[in-house]
Amino acid sequence: MIATSENKQAIRKVLVQTEDFSVADEYALIAADASDGAVVTFAGKVRDFNDGSDVTDLTLEHYPGMTESVLKQISVEACERWPLNNVTIIHRVGTMALGEQIVFIGVSSAHRKAAFAGCEFLIDFLKTKAPFWKLESNGENKSWVDARDSDEQAAKMWQK
Amino acid sequence: MINVLFFAQVRELLGVSSMQVEASSDLTTTELLRAHLAATDEKWARVMASDKLLVAVNQTISNWEAIVEDGDEVAFFPPVTGG
Repeated sequence: MIATSENKQAIRKVLVQTEDFSVADEYALIAADASDGAVVTFAGKVRDFNDGSDVTDLTLEHYPGMTESVLKQISVEACERWPLNNVTIIHRVGTMALGEQIVFIGVSSAHRKAAFAGCEFLIDFLKTKAPFWKLESNGENKSWVDARDSDEQAAKMWQK
Repeated sequence: MINVLFFAQVRELLGVSSMQVEASSDLTTTELLRAHLAATDEKWARVMASDKLLVAVNQTISNWEAIVEDGDEVAFFPPVTGG
């Protein structure tokens, strides 16, 4: 008997959590389907320098309920636009130190073009649509991160 | 009642994360609710006047003409910066 992709339930995972995630574990989950020839993942991290100030840690606030619903909406939209199979979005909230992982996007597809496009679309839309806010600290002062026009432009590129 | 929520800088500047506002025939849109909150005092007026202020009705991003009804959840927040 030949297993067909119709028999398998595609992964549609959206998680908002304080805990860290394992890229290897998430990759293994979305890469398990033999009908997929391509897996693209993106991991976002806390970086040490933003708009001229040294960053020591970052606190992420979100709007519980709306966040999950926006992330589900953009994953549905990505699946409508490209033939994606598995989709996982994980975003952390709370306080994270320099170098820690913040966000994971992973998609699988039969071919690479859909996987690359879907993954980039998801992170571009997450950055401009999902209600998360970053509060940066340099050890002494805390300041809210300003929204970037470049992120807005990146999301606009996907408008049909 | 209208359940009103504030996030990030907006929450911090106002010093409040949520409040209940009595629904009334004078508060039928997000713009009217915004004006009502702005009338609280100088601080609220300043925060509510920000041209970057965003509003969501029942957890969906909205605009200043959106209808507000008894039982709705209305959230005010700055542009998002996740990812």
